[in-house]
Amino acid sequence: MKSGSRLERVLKAGHFAFTGEVGPPRGANVEHLREKISHLKGMVDMANITDNQTAMVRMSSWAASLICLQEGLEPNYQMVCRDRNRLAMQADILGAYTHGIRNMLCLSGDHQMFGDHPQSKGVFDLDSMQLIMMVKKMRDEGKFLGGADIDVKPELFIGAAANPFAEPFEWRVHRLAKKVAAGADFVQTQCIYNMPKMREWVRQANEMGLTEKVYILAGVTPMKSIGMAKYMQNKVPGMDVPDDIIKRLQGVDKKKVADEGIKIACEQIEEFKEMKGVAGVHLMAIEWEHKVPEIAERAKVLPRPEV
Amino acid sequence: MIVAERKPFDEIRSMVAGYKKVLTVGCGTCVAVCLAGGSKEVETLNAELNLAFKKDGIEFGAETLERQCDMEFLAELDTRVDEYDALLSMACGAGIQFLAERFSHKPVLPAVNTSFIGVNLDVGWYEEKCRACGQCVLGMTGGVCPVTMCAKSLFNGPCGGTNKTSCEIHTDQPCAWFKIYERLAAQGRLDQIIEISPANDWSNQKPRTLIQPGYEERVKAMR
Repeated sequence: MKSGSRLERVLKAGHFAFTGEVGPPRGANVEHLREKISHLKGMVDMANITDNQTAMVRMSSWAASLICLQEGLEPNYQMVCRDRNRLAMQADILGAYTHGIRNMLCLSGDHQMFGDHPQSKGVFDLDSMQLIMMVKKMRDEGKFLGGADIDVKPELFIGAAANPFAEPFEWRVHRLAKKVAAGADFVQTQCIYNMPKMREWVRQANEMGLTEKVYILAGVTPMKSIGMAKYMQNKVPGMDVPDDIIKRLQGVDKKKVADEGIKIACEQIEEFKEMKGVAGVHLMAIEWEHKVPEIAERAKVLPRPEV
Repeated sequence: MIVAERKPFDEIRSMVAGYKKVLTVGCGTCVAVCLAGGSKEVETLNAELNLAFKKDGIEFGAETLERQCDMEFLAELDTRVDEYDALLSMACGAGIQFLAERFSHKPVLPAVNTSFIGVNLDVGWYEEKCRACGQCVLGMTGGVCPVTMCAKSLFNGPCGGTNKTSCEIHTDQPCAWFKIYERLAAQGRLDQIIEISPANDWSNQKPRTLIQPGYEERVKAMR
């Protein structure tokens, strides 16, 4: 065991992992955060706690992760390269580990121009690949990036993100390979809608032997509305939403669109359960946390295993 | 070259207001090429200033030096500056500072904003190409700078925000790492980026000096 986190134990035992996501509040509204967390408790193996997502200031990821821990749900502490340099990163990693955080997700972060402080200086001292390497070095070698010894090592389960679709598509699997070589233990993908491309990417990853070295959790986000689907298709960089998804949502009664979105997500999850090389699903029910129990039920991923 | 653009006129006007005699100092090198601060631009700016301050009676002199980043050329002003109570420099930030250093008893005001190190795409159209990071990786990246061209300065891109060959920040901005991939793939050199680039040495975060071997030899010979 590298970290002994629940996620690691679930995956190691060969269970199909099911993870969720919680965005910290835009303020100190801890009750709202606890309420969001309550919907996920018992439904997922752990929850990603986002780090100033879309470059909007929120309660810090590590602080919200601690609330998550208090509530009995395992957090996956997200850290982006946009907001802190290598000193702050390593300090936060040690602090988070000390307080019981065992999973960490290493990301570049959305560019600051998208958020509510577009004038801010983007740090990007390290990129996500280098952040993964640094966490691995801290954990496995017990050394800071600068080379000095760490007295008690932070034993974290290291996560990374992957986009299986964006151009150049041929490079995607090689970039995954780089993240694996850097030290990623698990990978969560961008929201998947283009299943043929996902199948091809996983096939390449299997062929390169990557899926034996890293656990791939397929990203799933149910569409809440046709508007959301169109927005994802046209406005969100790196997203690949095929027309047939939109046509399918348009084909049902207006009141049933959200239900159809969940249906599509459940069909995807069923396929991922059988897909060689996919170790689980990461459900990103954006501002839809209260729907997670229903989705988990319909996707037949309950009860979550005891490990 | 160093690319700059003239400050908005109102900003320049409020800076010079209150002085009696101001010398506008142009620079004949980079900022002249990018049409921001050469002799022509000195002339234009002074014409506008004369018009704006007609009633106030502020006098504007004009001088354009070969280079403001060289003391040898700044020396040409030694006998003239005392006639003026402020200097308005149209050079890049380096030139402005060197001018202020030479004439440290005079207020030196900037008339341009220094933008970037870039290239000439057309007359009046420039593009940033180099951030002067001090650790050039262009050999690895097919001649496309990831520090400058990638909005996140990533060394192991492209990130998840790459958007159908463009950058997430704007559809007009090409994704640097898409370009890097494309060029290296065409050259059969993808092996250059298959390895992980380790954390960069951001040595450009402190003021830098550069000494060529020839300088050291010359100083040694003089001793």
